[in-house]
Formats: sequence, structure tokens, C-alpha cells
Amino acid sequence: MSEVVNERYELNKNLAQMLKGGVIMDVTSPKEAEIAEKAGAVAVMALQKVPADLRKEGKVARMADPKIILEIKSAVSIPVMAKVRIGHFVEAQILEALGIDYIDESEVLTPADEEHHIDKWKFKAAFVCGARDLGEALRRIQEGASMIRTKGEAGTGNVVEAVRHLRRINKQIAYAASLSEDELYAYAKELGVSYELLKKTAQLKRLPVVNFAAGGIATPADAALMMQLGADGVFVGSGIFKSKNPEKRARAIVMATTYYNDPKILAEISYDLGEEMEGIDLRSLSEHELLSLRGN
Amino acid sequence: MKTIGVLAFQGGVIEHVKKIEELGAKPQLVKKEEDLKGLDGLILPGGESTTIGKFLIETGLKDHILNLINEGMPVWGTCAGAILLSKYIKDQGSGVLPILDIVIERNAYGSQLDSFKKEVFVPRFNIATECIFIRAPKIVEVSEGVEVLAELETPIAVLQKNILATTFHPELTSQNYWHSFFVKNVVK
Repeated sequence: MSEVVNERYELNKNLAQMLKGGVIMDVTSPKEAEIAEKAGAVAVMALQKVPADLRKEGKVARMADPKIILEIKSAVSIPVMAKVRIGHFVEAQILEALGIDYIDESEVLTPADEEHHIDKWKFKAAFVCGARDLGEALRRIQEGASMIRTKGEAGTGNVVEAVRHLRRINKQIAYAASLSEDELYAYAKELGVSYELLKKTAQLKRLPVVNFAAGGIATPADAALMMQLGADGVFVGSGIFKSKNPEKRARAIVMATTYYNDPKILAEISYDLGEEMEGIDLRSLSEHELLSLRGN
Repeated sequence: MKTIGVLAFQGGVIEHVKKIEELGAKPQLVKKEEDLKGLDGLILPGGESTTIGKFLIETGLKDHILNLINEGMPVWGTCAGAILLSKYIKDQGSGVLPILDIVIERNAYGSQLDSFKKEVFVPRFNIATECIFIRAPKIVEVSEGVEVLAELETPIAVLQKNILATTFHPELTSQNYWHSFFVKNVVK
């Protein structure tokens, strides 16, 4: 890896570091972006439809129209992220040309490539990718992701998968940290990741990049739960704009992410937020409806 | 032992905490009024200035911190923190803690693609320090009484009595020059 690429990667990791402790919100219009910024979001994710609608429609979901992305970009002063399909490096080239702050190679959109993720080292732009376990997270980092988010199950309003993924990653890191060097070689092979990266993770006792929780977070308590489990911050999608009072709920989720350790404040924040998004029992979904299984 | 507060709503909090510990001072996370008690100095970290500013207003910490700064408490804003302390933000009014006599322009270099790292000579330290600019602001005007400590075409580090501001992020490097300067020279 050249020094220039390395320096660019460090700068991209640095931006994620500055987002820590914050909430990143999915938005589909300049108006929603303004609501998110006003509520205290640290960044917005520009996309054509929120995950709950993408899920309902079951059609091919692609990168948002640059018109929407640029309108959102000019509506707010906080960083703007946008999603591309897994493996769709041309969509990523377009977002880079638009000067987007972070690209999310996301399983929420329909994957464009069933075998390959984007070679993110070829880009100057920063990338965030989803992961369900340590192997997946480190593979994405190897490909050049400078931020990770747990996948959860987007568009369900059900936090159970986000919890599962974060707990699994934490457990696997603790396990890696308990291994001797020779055992680490075997574990790296089992996870399909490089020995060096696994060793670094074991030494740090955390992922070497910022890790946000995502997928199914719908209430302030959900956000605080993910923070107490060790997430560096939270992504919120349909949970806000599918509830009755998006402004109030967005603000509450931002507050809960900061005061995640203070039950008294959390009780105040959660009070009288109005009707929340309808949740989906994940057992009612068949395997092809699960977004988190996309990309590995 | 000096106790240095780090405003902990959001952003590069842990990075500052580690630096303070390395220098043998005691870090104190600040999220509520009672966390301000007994501080020898306060750091406002990088992050999103709109987000952090909102918390400052809604928690009422804004007035408490302003009072403490007026009474002489040393304060240091890095990046977003520098914006919060500025009396004037270009085209946007003022910072939430408008006490530093400068005009600052938010996001002045462009998007994340324009973030960069550069070594800049600091006359006061007689050494070049590594400066990391992440979606950084630019100080476009400085009033009398504000000392410019470092420049990269425009001022990037300024000192006005007990108020230090840097538009870059010393907490993201392996160096300790700026933290050492704040803890030893600004915090008395």
C-alpha cells in the first residue's frame, strides 16, 4: 500500500472518529435532512427510500438519483453519506465525483455482485460497510472500509439482529484476545482474514476502525442499548420517519445516544414520544427477505 | 494534579482523554453541570459543531461554561470546538460560546475528499507539528488581542488570554506538543 493511500485511509478513519457518540440518520429529501440536522444528527445518509419502504416494495433498489443527493447536500452542513449496491464500483465512482463525505456499500440496496465487494483502496472517498461478525468486519476493512456498522435487520424496527451482531463481534474479539500467536493463525484462517489485521484487533481489543450499530433501531432505549453494548454511535433509518412524530423521536434518539448510561435521563427522553414505527417479528420473514444475509 | 474536562456529548472525546492521561493530568468527562466542578481547564473536542452546540444550549451548560471562561478558566477548542468559541461564523452568526474574537468559516476546505494532513512550523514551540484537518474550518479574521500561534496561509491556531483554538486535531496524532502547551502553559 502506498504512503498516499495510507494517509488518505487515516484521514477517512479520522472523520469516522469525529462522528463517535452521534446518530446518523437516513433521509430521502432535503426536508428530512433538515429535520435530522435540527435534531442533532452528526451526519445524514441520503437515499431514495427508507429501508422499510425498500423492504415492502421488493423491487431492485439502487443508488439514489444524484439530484436528490445534491439537494440533500446543499440543505445541510453536516457530512452527507450515500448508499451504493454491494460490488457496484461505478455507483461508488459517481458518488465520489459528487464529493460525498462517506459511501455506504450497503446490503439494504440490492447487491450488484454476489461474489465481490468494491475494492475500496482504489478510491479517495471514505467507505462504511455492514458486518454481522468479526470475519465480515475485518474482510471489509481489508478491502479498505474505514468505518464499520453492524448490519442488524434494516427496515424492521426490530433491534434483535443489531444486538446479535454487536454481541457476536465483541465475543469474537474477546476470544481472539485470549489466543496465543499460533492459535491466532488458525483463527485468522477460520475467519478468512489476514493474520496481521486479526492480531492488531486482538491487541486493541476492539475493531481498528469506528463501529456504529445499525438496523432496526426505533426507540431511544434501543439506541442506548446499542451504546451500552459498546457501539461507537448509531445509524437510524425507518425508525424515525415511520413513526408518528419524527422530529421528537429523532431528537430523543440523539439525546439517548449521548446519555446512554443515565436511566433517569433516558426515562425523561422516552416519555410521550407518540406512536412508534410498527415492528416486524423476524420469525415471520423468510430467508430471501433478510437483508443482512446479503454480502459476506 | 490538574483536572482537565473534556466536553463529552459527541466527537473526538476519548482521543483527548488519552492525551491528558499521557501528560499525567486527570481527565473529566463533562456532560452535566456538576461535571464542571473543580476543573482546571476544559477541552471542547472536534465533532459536529451543530450537534454539540445544540446540547450546550439545551442542557444549559452554555451559560455555566461562559461564566467559567469569563472568570478565567482555560479552554481549548479543536475544530468544531473552535467554531463554538468564535464570536463570528461567516454567514451564520456566532458560535454558541461567542467569546473568541475571530471570524471563522465552517467547512472551508470542502468535503471529506479535501481533508488533509500537513506539517506546520510553530514559532512558539520552535518545531513543526503534524496538523490533521478533517472537514476543517478556516479562521478568516483575527482581532487585536488574539495571538496567532500557527498559520497555514490563514491562522490555524490562536490564543486569546485563557482561550486556545486550533482548526486541526492534535489529538489524532502521536505528538503531544499542543496538549502539553495547553496543560502546562494555558492552564496555570
